[in-house]
Amino acid sequence: MADTLEATTDNAELTTREITLNMGPQHPSTHGVMHLILYLQGEKIVKAEPDIGYLHRGMEKIAENLLYGQFVPYTDRLDYLSSMTNNLGYVSAVEKLLDLEIPERGKYIRVIVSELSRISSHLLAVGAWGLDLGAITMVLYAFREREMVLDLFEMLCGARLTYNYMKIGGVRGDLPPGFKEKCTEFIKIFPKRVDEYETLLTGNRIWLQRNKGIGVISAKDAIDLGLSGPALRGSGVKWDIRKDNPYLVYDRFEFDVPVGTNGDCFDRYMCRVEEMRQAARIISQALQQIPDGPVNANAPEIVAPSRQDVYNNMEALIHHFKIISHGFKAPVGEVYASIEAPKGELGFYIKSDGTEKPFRVKIRAPSFVGLQSIDLMSRGAYFADVVSVISSLDPVFGEVDK
Amino acid sequence: MELNDIEKEKVLIEHPVLVQKVKSRFGKSIIETVIFRGEITHVIETRDIADVCNFLKYDLDFQFNFLSDVIGTDCRPLNSFFEVVYQLYSIPFRNRIRLKVRVKEGESVPSVTSVWRTANFAEREAFDMVGVVFEGHPDLKRIYMPPDWEGYPLRKDYPLVGYKDQYNPCGVEKKK
Repeated sequence: MADTLEATTDNAELTTREITLNMGPQHPSTHGVMHLILYLQGEKIVKAEPDIGYLHRGMEKIAENLLYGQFVPYTDRLDYLSSMTNNLGYVSAVEKLLDLEIPERGKYIRVIVSELSRISSHLLAVGAWGLDLGAITMVLYAFREREMVLDLFEMLCGARLTYNYMKIGGVRGDLPPGFKEKCTEFIKIFPKRVDEYETLLTGNRIWLQRNKGIGVISAKDAIDLGLSGPALRGSGVKWDIRKDNPYLVYDRFEFDVPVGTNGDCFDRYMCRVEEMRQAARIISQALQQIPDGPVNANAPEIVAPSRQDVYNNMEALIHHFKIISHGFKAPVGEVYASIEAPKGELGFYIKSDGTEKPFRVKIRAPSFVGLQSIDLMSRGAYFADVVSVISSLDPVFGEVDK
Repeated sequence: MELNDIEKEKVLIEHPVLVQKVKSRFGKSIIETVIFRGEITHVIETRDIADVCNFLKYDLDFQFNFLSDVIGTDCRPLNSFFEVVYQLYSIPFRNRIRLKVRVKEGESVPSVTSVWRTANFAEREAFDMVGVVFEGHPDLKRIYMPPDWEGYPLRKDYPLVGYKDQYNPCGVEKKK
């Protein structure tokens, strides 16, 4: 023992051996499939390598073997914390392929549910992040408001997780009675609740020390690594598809795109907090402006009749059966449609060979792309900082292991 | 005039540079240019893809600084080749453009990881799922499937239920 101590004193600098540590799953939405291989020198990260692929779901292969409309419910299971936006991304791509325009009311409804989705997704992102760093109260608060959003979704489609509400050519049904009032009530109280989260976290000394200056990524690197959404905007890049390439009716609303300055975890947190406020602002304007009228495109060869008609009219029942079982043919060509999902650019590339089934569907999932940046963000940082870095990217493995 | 012609004319008026300048700069490298639903696709000679990408990223008229995705497609049995599709975006100009190369079995595609680092995962995915080999990729290995996995799941001849083995008794019997 004495020899060892002597030897240590003789060597002024302690040398340590590089070790490999298998980390994860640790973040709630990485449930069992986020295996991060960390190369450590003491407690400092030398390299971080995400190892993925444990779900083996083969979503894109399944898409090639289904009719266009049949794949919509599968998209719910991509980023399952924000199923509505996944639906929207896919149906937008199919509608672009078909050159199909949906009515105004349908567009407004899609905006409302997309922004509600953004709120519910960011709530879970911030809540789980708090949980990761020891602020358990935050996840309880976040779930309190998320439940209110889920109640609204339940009114729309009867589900609380895998909402299958959007369909090619519109939405499954008009807003149910009482939805508008309940949504307005939520929007009224929600900003005050965001203030509560900020009281809990934004000024909290532990929160600041665990996030400020951690996982810094420059604007140039963030663009180079394909980051999008709050992860990119945290680095000061003002790119939001809703503003830059507006879809649906986003160009009719006033809202700000929050950006960060340092590109650290804290900036990514603040972007999400501010985006929740802006989403509430958009919903409030959409609820005021929403026009009356049909919610589905008048394209009987593509859009199935409403459920009410199916129950009361034999012709509509036959028509419904025909569309559901045979589908429709899409023109030969290829399209790429992307939307600003809560986690960033969610894109669907569809190649059609003119049949009823897509020849190739490729999903550009923001969580998958974002994983590449963990290495750059963590190098030179401490082991504990990796936890903040992963949370700040808000990955959901449903869309990573697609 | 057909609808597609109107569409083409609109794109040419709105984005002359995306079609004309690319064509005049890389005339010999461009096999075909397709405009569909307002989206421009240049089909490029495989060997020139990295040069074209480099130009499109750094030229001041384009500045395609964001690579959205790299997509591998098995075009068989209709055609005899695989396609690799590059989905580019310019944050400053808010433009999108699509590049495409065609390769046959056994041929490789130059990697664009030196142009955009994000191509690393995307190319690994195309390699893993479709079996396209990217020359010059810093770490070309499987990303979803285990390293010893045989076959490429997104190829058209790969069965939807997988091949039969000890873990997959319901799979399709492999042809010998």
